[in-house]
Amino acid sequence: MSALAIELTEITKNFGNVCANKDVSLKVESGTIHGIIGENGAGKSTLMSILYGFYQADSGTISVQEKPVQIQNAHDAISVGIGMVHQHFMLVDTFTVLENVVLGTETGFSLKKSLETSKLELQRLEKEYHLEVDINAVIDTLPVGLQQRVEILKALYRGADILILDEPTGVLTPQEADHLFRILAELREQGKTVILITHKLREIMAITDNVSVMRQGEMVAHLKTAETNREELAELMVGRKVLLRVDKAAANPGKPVLTVEHLDFTDASGVHRVKDVSFKVHSGEIVGIAGVSGNGQSELLAAITGIQPLQKGMIQINDESITPASKADAATMRRFGMVHVPEDRQRMGLVTSFSAKENSILGYHNDPAYNGLFEMDRDAIHSTCQRGMEIYDVRPNNLNLRASLFSGGNQQKLVVAREMERDPDLLVIGQPTRGVDIGAIEFIHRQIISMRDAGKAVLLVSVELDEILSLSDRILVMFAGQIMGEVLASTANERDIGLLMAGIKQEAA
Amino acid sequence: MNEGHANTLVVTLVTITNLLLAFLVSGIVIWVLGEDPWFALKTMLYGAFGYDEGLGYTLYYTTNFIFTGLAFAVGFHCGLFNIGAEGQAYIGGLGVGLVCLWLENWPLWLVFPLAVLASIVLGGLWGAIPGYLKAKRGSHEVVTTIMFNFIASVVMVNLLSHVLRPPKEMSPESREFGEGVWIPQMHEIFEWFGIEITQTPLNGTFIFALICLFLVWRFIWYTRWGYELRTVGTNETAAVYAGISVSKNIIIAMVIGGGLAGFVGINEIMGSSHRLMLNFQAGIGFTGIAVSLIGRNHPLGILLAALLFGILYQGGAELSFEVQAIDRHMVVLIQGLVILFAGALENLFRPQIEQFVKRLAT
Repeated sequence: MSALAIELTEITKNFGNVCANKDVSLKVESGTIHGIIGENGAGKSTLMSILYGFYQADSGTISVQEKPVQIQNAHDAISVGIGMVHQHFMLVDTFTVLENVVLGTETGFSLKKSLETSKLELQRLEKEYHLEVDINAVIDTLPVGLQQRVEILKALYRGADILILDEPTGVLTPQEADHLFRILAELREQGKTVILITHKLREIMAITDNVSVMRQGEMVAHLKTAETNREELAELMVGRKVLLRVDKAAANPGKPVLTVEHLDFTDASGVHRVKDVSFKVHSGEIVGIAGVSGNGQSELLAAITGIQPLQKGMIQINDESITPASKADAATMRRFGMVHVPEDRQRMGLVTSFSAKENSILGYHNDPAYNGLFEMDRDAIHSTCQRGMEIYDVRPNNLNLRASLFSGGNQQKLVVAREMERDPDLLVIGQPTRGVDIGAIEFIHRQIISMRDAGKAVLLVSVELDEILSLSDRILVMFAGQIMGEVLASTANERDIGLLMAGIKQEAA
Repeated sequence: MNEGHANTLVVTLVTITNLLLAFLVSGIVIWVLGEDPWFALKTMLYGAFGYDEGLGYTLYYTTNFIFTGLAFAVGFHCGLFNIGAEGQAYIGGLGVGLVCLWLENWPLWLVFPLAVLASIVLGGLWGAIPGYLKAKRGSHEVVTTIMFNFIASVVMVNLLSHVLRPPKEMSPESREFGEGVWIPQMHEIFEWFGIEITQTPLNGTFIFALICLFLVWRFIWYTRWGYELRTVGTNETAAVYAGISVSKNIIIAMVIGGGLAGFVGINEIMGSSHRLMLNFQAGIGFTGIAVSLIGRNHPLGILLAALLFGILYQGGAELSFEVQAIDRHMVVLIQGLVILFAGALENLFRPQIEQFVKRLAT
């Protein structure tokens, strides 16, 4: 065994009564990519936060490069050579790449001088690790993949030998993710140690040398990636056998529930986001909208669900027509029988400072079932929330807990429970499993299919092509605001869809 | 101890620590001035609580601060920083005064609800305009409400010196209302039960203020309207997602806030001075911001913070009267320190207190 970059011994961390890490030990060999996998809430992030000095362990020891260290804060972590790339980037949007990298390490009075010396160093790093970014570009103008590269550069600039990446692909397109993996391999070549935290099995299998599996705060296995497989890892993570494929019967479509005609949308900055989109969703079928993130899917979703006022075109839900003149909002759409699981649960689907209970009626708070003459009927709200949390197995089962304190998967379950339990005619669901753990993904997929089998119409928008392929009956592919083509899921293959996603029409290809 | 309890304990300890700090620094200033801080504190507390007249004044001031504190808090829960309570109280008070002038021969039980309504309409209007500008045009409420404070001031000076001033009177104020529409003072109310207390400006409005505290509490946390308001205040995107109109709620919050601020007029005009006069609201609106922030924008906290400022006002007046080296400005200094430590430096010792509570919990 080669030298150890990091050794954690019997780390324990409690938050109140909740044990986030229990006697966790971990050995990371120098010059390897080490995956840490586990469901949301398994304690991966807590463990890394301890390593990076955000939290202090209640007990246990940390050694870096085989020397015991005390890490009290991020500064200590950096000084022993640990760098972290957070899931949500810590960049100043209005600063340039160079300014962001230098931020916090400036010396002397004159910023100009420190920028100049750093410039050379940064250019050297970019070249050495093949991390090309225009150092004078403003962060705002860079795509997410490049922003992430800046985060990596930042860590390297600070002399990191050990790089921790927390769910790095959550915000990336598949292509960007592949590119990231090439960068990580390059870093390994150069002798850096990489710790990759993720819940995606594909990533573990694709890039790591070793993998550690966490479940409910404990380390359950250390494996060599080459000696394991997806099924084994999934079982270790969840603690039981899981189905990685979705089983479903053939669709049985009925009458159209949602009709969209000539929908056009231009955003506030004048960009034409959705161009003349028309399609239908019938009862008893799942229509998937595929496409690389940022090709107008979000805007289409916003227009259909009443988040953005309809500008041009027509939407029909059952027998109700909506035109720009009808000034329909999200409440109107709900009244017509639509429920909506939004793409971004933290920003849109939940008020994270509200309790689970209060969130369980968001959007339905005017329902007479929850209201007396003046005050709301707390018992009715309580029982709605309780039922949803039981059916969808939301953990912890605490109705008064703030939504922000649930893990990502459980937050999603709160939203899905609220919307699906409404018995709608039409379910519109965006990125149903973004940041959600395997156990929950399986569950949410089954729920979507059982909605379909119950004769509901489902419109699914996802940037995960696997998800679109396994759930949908028909697939529409969006590119640059237009629907490039439609394929039947039964005959679809990834190559055709990939071409459409890239904006190449079938005839032309 | 669950999370909620621990949180409440932290908040309480943080607030108490900050207030103690403010008083400590005030004490040092008094000591530097060559006076005995301990004596000053005793004088202040005695002035505020020690005898029934002092207590009466304390609660009379408290009444005002409850209204303006609530006015700020309602806006705050909707994500607004309403610093226009000053102007809203002024114009709301105008409504109270006009009702009393017109209907001075009507019975109080009829005039009171009408005065409340007038204060809601006019004070609410004074909040609604900045609310509308914010909701529809995006004008920041801090800027517009400050401007509306000035507009209110000019409107009132003109009305009082040219329209409402009785001929031959020198001072810019209206005539006195008929006694029938005066809100009974506390000593009169106590007399009904055969209890004798000293006459102070404290009047029945204090009870109305307590009712308002209760109603605002129920409104914000127990009704669907309060639910919508809080949703807009914490996450506008989620509000739009839920089909909640952001602009409607902003306007509603400003109208309710303006109406509550207007109730200062009930206490001051209808309950105490019995005439419309210049600057009856002076400073009360601004103090309301501090009251609400120190009280964590919760009605119970607002009650306690309003009481604290009532003590500072009344006890401070007593202090500057009793102790030579301390004048009116000293009181302003103490208030300023309270706002500095409990407001601006609120989280100074928060990490330590959180640690302490955590250790307590385990």
